Amino acid sequence: MDATVETIQETKTNALEVDNVSHSFGTTQVLDNVSLCVPRGCFTVLLGPNGAGKSTLFALITRLYDNVSGEIRLLGMDVRRRPSLALSRLGVVFQSRTLDLDLSLAQNLAYHASLHGIPRAQAKTRAKFALSRVELEKRAHDKVRNLSGGQTRRVEIARSMMHEPNLLLLDEPTVGLDVAAREGVISLVRKLVRDKGLGVLWATHLIDEIEPTDNVVVLHKGKVLFSGTVPQLQEKTGETDLADAFRSMTGLSQLEME
Amino acid sequence: MSVHDIGEGADDIISKIKLMAPTSHLRGYLICSRGIIWREVLRFLHQRERFFSALVRPLVWLFIFAAGFRNVLGVSIIPPYQTYVLYETYVTPGLVGMILLFNAMQSSLSMVYDRETGAMRTLLVSPFPRWFLLFSKLIGGVTVALLQVYVFLAIAYFWEIEPDGPPLALGLHMGEAFYGFVIPAPFNGYITVLPALVLAGLMLGAIALFMSSVIKQLENFAGVMNFVIFPMFFASSALYPLWRIKETSPILFEICKVNPFSHAVELIRFAFYGQIDTTSLIIVTGFTFAFLGAAVYAYNPSKGLIARRGGS
Repeated sequence: MDATVETIQETKTNALEVDNVSHSFGTTQVLDNVSLCVPRGCFTVLLGPNGAGKSTLFALITRLYDNVSGEIRLLGMDVRRRPSLALSRLGVVFQSRTLDLDLSLAQNLAYHASLHGIPRAQAKTRAKFALSRVELEKRAHDKVRNLSGGQTRRVEIARSMMHEPNLLLLDEPTVGLDVAAREGVISLVRKLVRDKGLGVLWATHLIDEIEPTDNVVVLHKGKVLFSGTVPQLQEKTGETDLADAFRSMTGLSQLEME
Repeated sequence: MSVHDIGEGADDIISKIKLMAPTSHLRGYLICSRGIIWREVLRFLHQRERFFSALVRPLVWLFIFAAGFRNVLGVSIIPPYQTYVLYETYVTPGLVGMILLFNAMQSSLSMVYDRETGAMRTLLVSPFPRWFLLFSKLIGGVTVALLQVYVFLAIAYFWEIEPDGPPLALGLHMGEAFYGFVIPAPFNGYITVLPALVLAGLMLGAIALFMSSVIKQLENFAGVMNFVIFPMFFASSALYPLWRIKETSPILFEICKVNPFSHAVELIRFAFYGQIDTTSLIIVTGFTFAFLGAAVYAYNPSKGLIARRGGS
Protein backbone atom coordinates (compact mmCIF):
# COMPACT_ATOMS: atom_id res chain seq x y z
CA MET A 1 0.00 0.00 0.00
CA ASP A 2 2.82 2.37 0.83
CA ALA A 3 4.41 1.68 -2.52
CA THR A 4 1.15 2.68 -4.16
CA VAL A 5 1.08 5.94 -2.27
CA GLU A 6 4.55 6.61 -3.54
CA THR A 7 3.56 5.91 -7.13
CA ILE A 8 0.84 8.49 -6.79
CA GLN A 9 3.28 10.94 -5.25
CA GLU A 10 5.63 10.59 -8.18
CA THR A 11 3.17 11.16 -11.01
CA LYS A 12 2.56 14.52 -12.54
CA THR A 13 -1.22 14.34 -12.33
CA ASN A 14 -2.63 17.50 -10.82
CA ALA A 15 -4.20 17.23 -7.39
CA LEU A 16 -7.26 19.17 -8.52
CA GLU A 17 -8.62 20.41 -11.80
CA VAL A 18 -11.76 22.46 -12.06
CA ASP A 19 -12.91 22.85 -15.61
CA ASN A 20 -15.55 25.37 -16.76
CA VAL A 21 -17.81 24.92 -13.77
CA SER A 22 -20.88 27.10 -13.44
CA HIS A 23 -23.47 26.89 -10.71
CA SER A 24 -26.69 28.67 -9.85
CA PHE A 25 -29.10 28.63 -6.96
CA GLY A 26 -32.43 29.39 -8.53
CA THR A 27 -31.81 32.44 -10.68
CA THR A 28 -28.68 33.58 -8.85
CA GLN A 29 -25.54 32.54 -10.62
CA VAL A 30 -22.90 31.86 -7.99
CA LEU A 31 -20.14 30.42 -10.14
CA ASP A 32 -19.60 31.50 -13.73
CA ASN A 33 -17.39 29.30 -15.87
CA VAL A 34 -14.79 28.70 -13.18
CA SER A 35 -11.57 26.91 -14.12
CA LEU A 36 -8.58 26.40 -11.89
CA CYS A 37 -5.89 23.90 -11.16
CA VAL A 38 -3.99 22.85 -8.07
CA PRO A 39 -0.75 21.03 -8.92
CA ARG A 40 0.58 18.54 -6.42
CA GLY A 41 3.04 19.96 -3.89
CA CYS A 42 1.64 23.42 -4.50
CA PHE A 43 0.06 25.87 -2.09
CA THR A 44 -2.72 27.54 -4.05
CA VAL A 45 -4.54 30.50 -2.56
CA LEU A 46 -8.16 30.97 -3.58
CA LEU A 47 -8.53 34.67 -2.93
CA GLY A 48 -11.89 36.34 -2.94
CA PRO A 49 -14.16 38.50 -0.82
CA ASN A 50 -16.98 36.95 1.17
CA GLY A 51 -19.73 35.92 -1.21
CA ALA A 52 -17.35 35.40 -4.14
CA GLY A 53 -18.46 31.77 -4.44
CA LYS A 54 -15.61 30.10 -2.57
CA SER A 55 -17.85 28.03 -0.31
CA THR A 56 -20.04 26.96 -3.22
CA LEU A 57 -16.97 25.82 -5.12
CA PHE A 58 -15.90 23.81 -2.06
CA ALA A 59 -19.37 22.30 -1.75
CA LEU A 60 -19.12 21.15 -5.37
CA ILE A 61 -15.62 19.69 -4.94
CA THR A 62 -16.67 17.84 -1.79
CA ARG A 63 -19.85 16.71 -3.55
CA LEU A 64 -22.31 18.21 -1.14
CA TYR A 65 -24.10 18.91 -4.36
CA ASP A 66 -23.25 18.05 -7.93
CA ASN A 67 -21.78 20.35 -10.50
CA VAL A 68 -24.33 20.65 -13.26
CA SER A 69 -21.90 21.89 -15.88
CA GLY A 70 -18.16 21.47 -16.38
CA GLU A 71 -15.94 18.92 -14.75
CA ILE A 72 -14.12 18.59 -11.43
CA ARG A 73 -11.24 16.13 -11.29
CA LEU A 74 -9.22 14.92 -8.35
CA LEU A 75 -5.96 13.23 -9.39
CA GLY A 76 -7.55 13.01 -12.81
CA MET A 77 -10.71 11.34 -11.50
CA ASP A 78 -14.06 12.97 -12.22
CA VAL A 79 -15.82 13.49 -8.87
CA ARG A 80 -19.21 12.75 -10.42
CA ARG A 81 -18.19 9.58 -12.20
CA ARG A 82 -15.91 8.20 -9.46
CA PRO A 83 -17.11 9.88 -6.28
CA SER A 84 -15.80 7.22 -3.89
CA LEU A 85 -12.30 7.15 -5.34
CA ALA A 86 -12.08 10.91 -5.57
CA LEU A 87 -13.34 11.49 -2.03
CA SER A 88 -10.92 8.89 -0.67
CA ARG A 89 -8.02 11.09 -1.83
CA LEU A 90 -9.49 14.33 -0.46
CA GLY A 91 -9.03 16.01 2.93
CA VAL A 92 -11.19 18.95 3.99
CA VAL A 93 -11.08 21.56 6.73
CA PHE A 94 -14.46 23.26 6.75
CA GLN A 95 -15.03 26.86 7.67
CA SER A 96 -17.24 26.00 10.63
CA ARG A 97 -15.85 23.91 13.45
CA THR A 98 -16.85 20.33 12.86
CA LEU A 99 -15.30 18.39 15.75
CA ASP A 100 -17.46 16.82 18.46
CA LEU A 101 -16.85 19.10 21.41
CA ASP A 102 -17.69 16.55 24.09
CA LEU A 103 -15.46 13.85 22.66
CA SER A 104 -11.71 13.69 23.12
CA LEU A 105 -9.21 14.48 20.37
CA ALA A 106 -8.42 10.78 20.02
CA GLN A 107 -12.10 9.87 19.75
CA ASN A 108 -12.66 12.51 17.08
CA LEU A 109 -9.76 11.18 15.05
CA ALA A 110 -10.92 7.58 15.51
CA TYR A 111 -14.36 8.52 14.18
CA HIS A 112 -12.83 10.15 11.13
CA ALA A 113 -10.56 7.15 10.52
CA SER A 114 -13.57 4.86 10.51
CA LEU A 115 -15.31 7.09 7.96
CA HIS A 116 -12.39 6.25 5.72
CA GLY A 117 -12.45 2.54 6.55
CA ILE A 118 -9.12 2.57 8.37
CA PRO A 119 -8.80 -0.43 10.74
CA ARG A 120 -8.63 0.37 14.45
CA ALA A 121 -4.98 -0.55 15.11
CA GLN A 122 -3.78 1.41 12.12
CA ALA A 123 -6.04 4.31 13.05
CA LYS A 124 -4.45 4.49 16.51
CA THR A 125 -0.93 4.71 15.13
CA ARG A 126 -1.95 7.30 12.58
CA ALA A 127 -3.81 9.38 15.16
CA LYS A 128 -0.75 9.43 17.38
CA PHE A 129 1.41 10.51 14.50
CA ALA A 130 -1.10 13.08 13.26
CA LEU A 131 -1.40 14.65 16.71
CA SER A 132 2.36 14.79 17.17
CA ARG A 133 2.59 16.53 13.81
CA VAL A 134 0.35 19.31 15.12
CA GLU A 135 2.07 19.20 18.53
CA LEU A 136 -1.00 18.15 20.46
CA GLU A 137 -0.15 14.54 21.31
CA LYS A 138 -0.22 15.33 25.04
CA ARG A 139 -3.82 16.52 24.76
CA ALA A 140 -5.05 13.34 23.03
CA HIS A 141 -7.48 12.47 25.81
CA ASP A 142 -8.73 15.98 26.51
CA LYS A 143 -12.14 17.04 25.32
CA VAL A 144 -12.13 19.28 22.25
CA ARG A 145 -14.22 21.75 24.27
CA ASN A 146 -11.13 22.57 26.34
CA LEU A 147 -8.95 23.54 23.37
CA SER A 148 -8.27 27.04 22.07
CA GLY A 149 -9.42 28.12 18.61
CA GLY A 150 -5.99 27.63 17.07
CA GLN A 151 -5.59 24.21 18.67
CA THR A 152 -9.02 23.15 17.38
CA ARG A 153 -7.99 24.12 13.86
CA ARG A 154 -4.76 22.16 14.20
CA VAL A 155 -6.73 19.10 15.29
CA GLU A 156 -8.96 19.53 12.25
CA ILE A 157 -5.89 19.60 10.04
CA ALA A 158 -4.52 16.51 11.79
CA ARG A 159 -7.88 14.85 11.21
CA SER A 160 -7.98 15.75 7.54
CA MET A 161 -4.55 14.13 7.09
CA MET A 162 -5.49 10.83 8.78
CA HIS A 163 -6.29 9.09 5.50
CA GLU A 164 -3.25 10.57 3.74
CA PRO A 165 -5.06 12.58 1.08
CA ASN A 166 -3.40 14.07 -1.98
CA LEU A 167 -5.50 17.21 -1.96
CA LEU A 168 -6.34 19.32 1.07
CA LEU A 169 -9.10 21.92 0.92
CA LEU A 170 -9.26 24.60 3.61
CA ASP A 171 -12.16 27.03 3.71
CA GLU A 172 -11.13 30.25 5.50
CA PRO A 173 -9.23 28.27 8.13
CA THR A 174 -7.79 31.29 9.96
CA VAL A 175 -11.04 33.16 10.55
CA GLY A 176 -11.42 34.04 14.20
CA LEU A 177 -7.86 33.17 15.16
CA ASP A 178 -5.39 35.54 16.79
CA VAL A 179 -2.15 36.40 15.01
CA ALA A 180 -0.01 33.74 16.68
CA ALA A 181 -2.53 30.95 16.15
CA ARG A 182 -2.96 32.03 12.55
CA GLU A 183 0.79 31.85 11.96
CA GLY A 184 0.85 28.38 13.52
CA VAL A 185 -1.89 27.07 11.25
CA ILE A 186 -0.42 28.53 8.06
CA SER A 187 3.11 27.28 8.70
CA LEU A 188 1.73 23.85 9.57
CA VAL A 189 -0.06 23.55 6.24
CA ARG A 190 2.91 24.91 4.33
CA LYS A 191 5.09 22.27 5.95
CA LEU A 192 2.65 19.57 4.84
CA VAL A 193 2.89 20.86 1.28
CA ARG A 194 6.69 20.68 1.41
CA ASP A 195 7.00 17.35 3.22
CA LYS A 196 4.17 15.35 1.75
CA GLY A 197 3.83 16.81 -1.73
CA LEU A 198 0.29 17.69 -0.85
CA GLY A 199 -1.80 19.89 -3.13
CA VAL A 200 -3.51 22.59 -1.07
CA LEU A 201 -6.37 24.88 -2.00
CA TRP A 202 -6.53 27.58 0.67
CA ALA A 203 -9.57 29.82 0.48
CA THR A 204 -9.19 33.18 2.14
CA HIS A 205 -10.03 36.84 1.88
CA LEU A 206 -6.78 37.86 3.60
CA ILE A 207 -4.13 39.02 1.15
CA ASP A 208 -1.29 38.86 3.68
CA GLU A 209 -1.62 35.07 3.81
CA ILE A 210 -0.09 34.86 0.32
CA GLU A 211 3.61 34.07 -0.07
CA PRO A 212 5.68 34.84 -3.19
CA THR A 213 6.00 31.17 -4.11
CA ASP A 214 2.26 30.49 -4.02
CA ASN A 215 -0.16 30.08 -6.86
CA VAL A 216 -3.05 32.51 -6.68
CA VAL A 217 -6.58 32.25 -8.02
CA VAL A 218 -8.65 35.41 -7.70
CA LEU A 219 -12.38 34.72 -7.52
CA HIS A 220 -14.76 37.65 -7.63
CA LYS A 221 -18.53 37.54 -8.09
CA GLY A 222 -18.32 33.93 -9.24
CA LYS A 223 -15.70 34.59 -11.92
CA VAL A 224 -12.00 33.75 -11.99
CA LEU A 225 -10.26 37.06 -12.65
CA PHE A 226 -6.76 35.70 -12.40
CA SER A 227 -5.00 32.37 -12.07
CA GLY A 228 -1.23 32.02 -11.89
CA THR A 229 1.88 32.72 -9.82
CA VAL A 230 2.50 35.79 -7.69
CA PRO A 231 5.03 37.34 -10.16
CA GLN A 232 2.49 36.83 -12.96
CA LEU A 233 -0.13 38.62 -10.87
CA GLN A 234 2.25 41.52 -10.28
CA GLU A 235 3.14 41.63 -13.96
CA LYS A 236 -0.47 41.54 -15.10
CA THR A 237 -1.59 44.38 -12.86
CA GLY A 238 1.65 46.37 -12.88
CA GLU A 239 1.53 46.58 -9.08
CA THR A 240 4.21 45.16 -6.79
CA ASP A 241 2.07 45.35 -3.69
CA LEU A 242 -0.45 42.49 -3.71
CA ALA A 243 -3.17 44.54 -2.03
CA ASP A 244 -2.83 47.14 -4.79
CA ALA A 245 -2.81 44.44 -7.43
CA PHE A 246 -5.98 43.00 -5.99
CA ARG A 247 -7.65 46.39 -5.81
CA SER A 248 -6.86 47.23 -9.39
CA MET A 249 -8.39 43.92 -10.41
CA THR A 250 -11.60 43.95 -8.40
CA GLY A 251 -12.00 47.56 -7.42
CA LEU A 252 -12.22 46.42 -3.81
CA SER A 253 -9.92 47.37 -0.99
CA GLN A 254 -8.88 44.83 1.64
CA LEU A 255 -11.32 46.38 4.08
CA GLU A 256 -14.23 45.99 1.74
CA MET A 257 -13.49 42.31 1.36
CA GLU A 258 -14.45 41.51 4.90
CA MET B 1 -0.64 26.50 -16.89
CA SER B 2 -3.26 24.56 -18.76
CA VAL B 3 -6.13 22.95 -16.98
CA HIS B 4 -5.76 20.00 -19.33
CA ASP B 5 -2.21 19.41 -18.22
CA ILE B 6 -2.82 15.93 -16.85
CA GLY B 7 0.24 13.81 -16.30
CA GLU B 8 0.77 10.59 -18.15
CA GLY B 9 -0.66 7.35 -16.93
CA ALA B 10 -3.76 8.78 -15.24
CA ASP B 11 -5.66 5.54 -15.90
CA ASP B 12 -2.89 3.62 -14.28
CA ILE B 13 -3.16 5.71 -11.12
CA ILE B 14 -6.90 5.38 -11.03
CA SER B 15 -6.66 1.62 -11.07
CA LYS B 16 -4.10 1.74 -8.28
CA ILE B 17 -6.27 4.05 -6.18
CA LYS B 18 -9.14 1.70 -6.80
CA LEU B 19 -7.14 -1.10 -5.19
CA MET B 20 -6.41 0.86 -2.05
CA ALA B 21 -9.77 2.63 -1.74
CA PRO B 22 -11.58 1.69 1.48
CA THR B 23 -14.73 1.09 -0.53
CA SER B 24 -13.10 -1.77 -2.38
CA HIS B 25 -13.63 -4.31 0.38
CA LEU B 26 -16.42 -5.30 2.74
CA ARG B 27 -14.24 -4.75 5.79
CA GLY B 28 -14.08 -1.04 5.01
CA TYR B 29 -17.87 -0.85 5.14
CA LEU B 30 -17.96 -2.63 8.49
CA ILE B 31 -15.32 -0.32 9.96
CA CYS B 32 -17.18 2.72 8.70
CA SER B 33 -20.56 1.75 10.03
CA ARG B 34 -19.13 0.59 13.37
CA GLY B 35 -17.45 4.00 13.71
CA ILE B 36 -20.66 5.91 13.03
CA ILE B 37 -22.66 3.82 15.53
CA TRP B 38 -19.90 4.11 18.13
CA ARG B 39 -19.92 7.90 17.81
CA GLU B 40 -23.69 8.06 18.30
CA VAL B 41 -23.46 5.97 21.46
CA LEU B 42 -20.48 7.95 22.81
CA ARG B 43 -22.24 11.24 22.22
CA PHE B 44 -25.35 9.96 23.93
CA LEU B 45 -23.41 8.77 26.97
CA HIS B 46 -21.81 12.19 27.24
CA GLN B 47 -25.16 13.95 27.34
CA ARG B 48 -26.31 12.86 30.77
CA GLU B 49 -29.33 15.20 30.78
CA ARG B 50 -30.56 13.67 27.57
CA PHE B 51 -30.31 10.18 29.01
CA PHE B 52 -32.04 11.30 32.17
CA SER B 53 -34.93 13.10 30.50
CA ALA B 54 -35.33 10.30 27.98
CA LEU B 55 -35.90 7.98 30.91
CA VAL B 56 -37.96 10.23 33.14
CA ARG B 57 -40.50 11.02 30.44
CA PRO B 58 -41.96 7.50 30.01
CA LEU B 59 -41.59 6.78 33.72
CA VAL B 60 -43.74 9.80 34.58
CA TRP B 61 -46.37 8.47 32.21
CA LEU B 62 -46.14 5.01 33.68
CA PHE B 63 -46.11 5.89 37.37
CA ILE B 64 -48.42 8.87 37.41
CA PHE B 65 -50.61 8.98 34.33
CA ALA B 66 -51.17 5.24 34.08
CA ALA B 67 -51.76 4.88 37.81
CA GLY B 68 -54.39 7.58 37.70
CA PHE B 69 -56.02 6.12 34.66
CA ARG B 70 -56.11 2.59 35.95
CA ASN B 71 -59.68 2.89 37.17
CA VAL B 72 -60.94 5.28 34.54
CA LEU B 73 -60.05 3.20 31.55
CA GLY B 74 -60.88 -0.49 31.62
CA VAL B 75 -59.22 -2.53 28.95
CA SER B 76 -61.17 -5.48 27.64
CA ILE B 77 -59.52 -8.64 26.49
CA ILE B 78 -58.08 -7.96 23.06
CA PRO B 79 -55.20 -9.74 21.36
CA PRO B 80 -52.43 -10.27 22.22
CA TYR B 81 -53.72 -10.23 25.81
CA GLN B 82 -55.42 -13.38 27.08
CA THR B 83 -56.69 -12.01 30.36
CA TYR B 84 -57.77 -8.64 31.64
CA VAL B 85 -54.67 -6.52 31.95
CA LEU B 86 -53.97 -3.50 34.06
CA TYR B 87 -53.75 -0.21 32.24
CA GLU B 88 -50.04 0.00 33.11
CA THR B 89 -49.47 -3.20 31.20
CA TYR B 90 -51.45 -1.95 28.24
CA VAL B 91 -49.61 1.37 28.04
CA THR B 92 -46.05 0.00 28.39
CA PRO B 93 -45.57 -0.89 24.67
CA GLY B 94 -46.93 2.56 23.85
CA LEU B 95 -44.37 4.18 26.13
CA VAL B 96 -41.63 2.07 24.57
CA GLY B 97 -42.83 3.45 21.23
CA MET B 98 -42.69 6.92 22.74
CA ILE B 99 -39.03 6.44 23.67
CA LEU B 100 -38.29 5.39 20.09
CA LEU B 101 -40.28 8.33 18.72
CA PHE B 102 -38.63 10.98 20.89
CA ASN B 103 -35.24 9.52 20.24
CA ALA B 104 -35.75 9.50 16.49
CA MET B 105 -36.97 13.09 16.46
CA GLN B 106 -34.11 14.19 18.67
CA SER B 107 -31.52 12.59 16.42
CA SER B 108 -33.23 14.14 13.41
CA LEU B 109 -32.97 17.52 15.04
CA SER B 110 -29.35 16.93 15.86
CA MET B 111 -28.88 16.22 12.17
CA VAL B 112 -30.32 19.60 11.24
CA TYR B 113 -27.94 21.06 13.80
CA ASP B 114 -25.09 19.00 12.35
CA ARG B 115 -25.93 20.33 8.93
CA GLU B 116 -25.79 23.89 10.16
CA THR B 117 -22.50 23.44 11.97
CA GLY B 118 -20.95 21.41 9.20
CA ALA B 119 -20.65 18.14 11.14
CA MET B 120 -23.00 16.60 8.59
CA ARG B 121 -20.52 17.53 5.89
CA THR B 122 -17.69 15.65 7.57
CA LEU B 123 -19.94 12.61 7.38
CA LEU B 124 -20.90 13.17 3.76
CA VAL B 125 -17.31 13.62 2.49
CA SER B 126 -16.62 10.04 3.47
CA PRO B 127 -15.90 7.97 0.35
CA PHE B 128 -18.61 5.46 1.23
CA PRO B 129 -21.94 5.70 -0.59
CA ARG B 130 -24.32 8.21 0.87
CA TRP B 131 -27.16 5.76 1.44
CA PHE B 132 -24.77 3.61 3.45
CA LEU B 133 -23.64 6.55 5.60
CA LEU B 134 -27.21 7.63 6.30
CA PHE B 135 -28.31 4.07 7.03
CA SER B 136 -25.40 3.61 9.45
CA LYS B 137 -26.41 6.81 11.20
CA LEU B 138 -29.94 5.46 11.49
CA ILE B 139 -28.67 2.23 13.04
CA GLY B 140 -26.62 4.34 15.45
CA GLY B 141 -29.77 6.21 16.50
CA VAL B 142 -31.67 2.95 16.95
CA THR B 143 -28.84 1.54 19.08
CA VAL B 144 -29.07 4.54 21.39
CA ALA B 145 -32.86 4.14 21.57
CA LEU B 146 -32.54 0.44 22.42
CA LEU B 147 -30.32 1.29 25.39
CA GLN B 148 -33.04 3.59 26.70
CA VAL B 149 -35.84 1.10 26.07
CA TYR B 150 -34.16 -1.70 27.98
CA VAL B 151 -33.35 0.50 30.94
CA PHE B 152 -37.01 1.55 30.96
CA LEU B 153 -38.18 -2.08 30.74
CA ALA B 154 -35.88 -3.01 33.59
CA ILE B 155 -37.44 -0.34 35.80
CA ALA B 156 -40.93 -1.40 34.72
CA TYR B 157 -40.01 -4.98 35.59
CA PHE B 158 -39.39 -3.99 39.19
CA TRP B 159 -42.80 -2.28 39.11
CA GLU B 160 -44.09 -5.73 38.17
CA ILE B 161 -45.02 -4.80 34.65
CA GLU B 162 -43.75 -7.63 32.58
CA PRO B 163 -44.80 -9.60 29.50
CA ASP B 164 -46.09 -13.11 30.19
CA GLY B 165 -46.16 -14.78 26.81
CA PRO B 166 -45.57 -18.51 26.36
CA PRO B 167 -42.02 -19.61 27.19
CA LEU B 168 -39.52 -19.29 24.39
CA ALA B 169 -37.90 -22.59 23.49
CA LEU B 170 -34.55 -22.42 21.74
CA GLY B 171 -33.28 -25.76 20.60
CA LEU B 172 -34.16 -28.95 18.74
CA HIS B 173 -36.99 -31.39 19.20
CA MET B 174 -35.84 -34.98 18.57
CA GLY B 175 -38.92 -37.11 18.88
CA GLU B 176 -40.02 -36.79 22.47
CA ALA B 177 -36.77 -35.30 23.62
CA PHE B 178 -35.89 -31.60 23.52
CA TYR B 179 -32.32 -30.39 23.33
CA GLY B 180 -31.78 -26.76 24.14
CA PHE B 181 -33.09 -24.35 26.72
CA VAL B 182 -36.38 -22.70 27.52
CA ILE B 183 -36.57 -19.03 28.34
CA PRO B 184 -39.42 -18.30 30.74
CA ALA B 185 -41.50 -15.16 31.01
CA PRO B 186 -40.79 -12.29 31.24
CA PHE B 187 -37.34 -12.68 29.66
CA ASN B 188 -38.75 -14.36 26.56
CA GLY B 189 -40.69 -11.16 25.85
CA TYR B 190 -37.59 -9.02 26.19
CA ILE B 191 -35.94 -11.16 23.52
CA THR B 192 -38.85 -11.47 21.09
CA VAL B 193 -39.51 -7.73 21.25
CA LEU B 194 -36.00 -6.91 20.04
CA PRO B 195 -36.62 -7.32 16.27
CA ALA B 196 -39.83 -5.30 16.60
CA LEU B 197 -37.96 -2.54 18.42
CA VAL B 198 -35.28 -2.45 15.73
CA LEU B 199 -37.82 -2.30 12.91
CA ALA B 200 -40.02 0.31 14.61
CA GLY B 201 -36.92 2.34 15.49
CA LEU B 202 -35.74 2.19 11.88
CA MET B 203 -39.10 3.40 10.62
CA LEU B 204 -39.31 6.33 13.01
CA GLY B 205 -35.66 7.11 12.35
CA ALA B 206 -36.25 7.09 8.60
CA ILE B 207 -39.20 9.47 9.00
CA ALA B 208 -37.03 11.74 11.14
CA LEU B 209 -34.13 11.50 8.70
CA PHE B 210 -36.39 12.61 5.90
CA MET B 211 -37.68 15.45 8.07
CA SER B 212 -34.13 16.55 8.80
CA SER B 213 -33.53 17.01 5.09
CA VAL B 214 -36.69 19.06 4.64
CA ILE B 215 -36.51 21.24 7.76
CA LYS B 216 -34.73 24.37 6.64
CA GLN B 217 -33.37 25.62 9.87
CA LEU B 218 -33.04 24.53 13.38
CA GLU B 219 -36.41 25.38 14.83
CA ASN B 220 -36.90 24.72 18.46
CA PHE B 221 -37.90 21.32 19.64
CA ALA B 222 -41.35 22.63 20.61
CA GLY B 223 -42.34 22.94 16.96
CA VAL B 224 -41.53 19.33 16.23
CA MET B 225 -43.25 18.37 19.47
CA ASN B 226 -46.49 20.14 18.61
CA PHE B 227 -46.72 19.21 14.98
CA VAL B 228 -45.15 15.76 14.83
CA ILE B 229 -44.63 14.02 18.14
CA PHE B 230 -47.90 14.85 19.90
CA PRO B 231 -50.21 14.13 16.95
CA MET B 232 -48.40 10.89 16.21
CA PHE B 233 -48.41 9.82 19.83
CA PHE B 234 -51.98 10.75 20.78
CA ALA B 235 -53.64 9.65 17.54
CA SER B 236 -52.38 6.13 17.98
CA SER B 237 -53.04 2.96 19.91
CA ALA B 238 -50.29 3.83 22.40
CA LEU B 239 -52.57 5.14 25.18
CA TYR B 240 -55.92 3.54 24.42
CA PRO B 241 -57.13 0.64 22.30
CA LEU B 242 -58.45 1.78 18.95
CA TRP B 243 -61.93 0.29 19.46
CA ARG B 244 -62.45 2.81 22.23
CA ILE B 245 -61.63 5.65 19.87
CA LYS B 246 -64.02 4.21 17.31
CA GLU B 247 -66.88 4.56 19.79
CA THR B 248 -66.12 8.26 20.15
CA SER B 249 -65.06 9.35 16.69
CA PRO B 250 -64.99 7.19 13.54
CA ILE B 251 -62.85 9.78 11.75
CA LEU B 252 -60.24 9.81 14.47
CA PHE B 253 -60.32 6.04 14.36
CA GLU B 254 -59.43 6.09 10.67
CA ILE B 255 -56.62 8.57 11.32
CA CYS B 256 -55.24 6.38 14.07
CA LYS B 257 -55.38 3.39 11.77
CA VAL B 258 -53.23 5.00 9.09
CA ASN B 259 -50.82 6.51 11.61
CA PRO B 260 -47.59 4.51 11.22
CA PHE B 261 -46.88 5.02 14.90
CA SER B 262 -49.97 2.92 15.79
CA HIS B 263 -48.51 0.06 13.82
CA ALA B 264 -45.11 0.48 15.41
CA VAL B 265 -46.77 0.22 18.83
CA GLU B 266 -48.87 -2.80 17.85
CA LEU B 267 -45.83 -4.53 16.39
CA ILE B 268 -44.03 -4.04 19.71
CA ARG B 269 -47.10 -5.01 21.77
CA PHE B 270 -47.53 -8.35 19.96
CA ALA B 271 -43.80 -9.07 19.93
CA PHE B 272 -43.77 -8.72 23.72
CA TYR B 273 -45.97 -11.79 23.82
CA GLY B 274 -44.02 -13.69 21.19
CA GLN B 275 -46.53 -12.95 18.43
CA ILE B 276 -46.30 -11.24 15.08
CA ASP B 277 -48.93 -8.72 14.00
CA THR B 278 -48.68 -9.28 10.26
CA THR B 279 -50.54 -6.13 9.17
CA SER B 280 -48.32 -3.94 11.33
CA LEU B 281 -45.21 -5.75 10.19
CA ILE B 282 -46.04 -5.07 6.54
CA ILE B 283 -47.00 -1.45 7.14
CA VAL B 284 -43.96 -0.65 9.31
CA THR B 285 -41.61 -2.29 6.81
CA GLY B 286 -43.25 -0.39 3.95
CA PHE B 287 -42.98 2.96 5.71
CA THR B 288 -39.34 2.26 6.59
CA PHE B 289 -38.38 1.69 2.97
CA ALA B 290 -40.48 4.57 1.66
CA PHE B 291 -39.03 7.17 4.03
CA LEU B 292 -35.51 5.80 3.80
CA GLY B 293 -35.74 6.10 0.02
CA ALA B 294 -37.08 9.64 0.31
CA ALA B 295 -34.29 10.61 2.71
CA VAL B 296 -31.56 9.16 0.49
CA TYR B 297 -33.13 11.01 -2.42
CA ALA B 298 -33.16 14.24 -0.44
CA TYR B 299 -29.50 13.87 0.51
CA ASN B 300 -28.44 12.86 -3.00
CA PRO B 301 -26.05 15.51 -4.32
CA SER B 302 -27.58 15.84 -7.77
CA LYS B 303 -31.31 15.46 -7.15
CA GLY B 304 -31.35 16.43 -3.54
CA LEU B 305 -33.22 19.15 -1.81
CA ILE B 306 -29.99 20.51 -0.36
CA ALA B 307 -28.80 21.45 -3.81
CA ARG B 308 -32.06 23.09 -4.74
CA ARG B 309 -32.18 25.10 -1.60
CA GLY B 310 -28.57 26.15 -1.71
CA GLY B 311 -27.87 25.67 1.97
CA SER B 312 -24.53 24.38 3.09
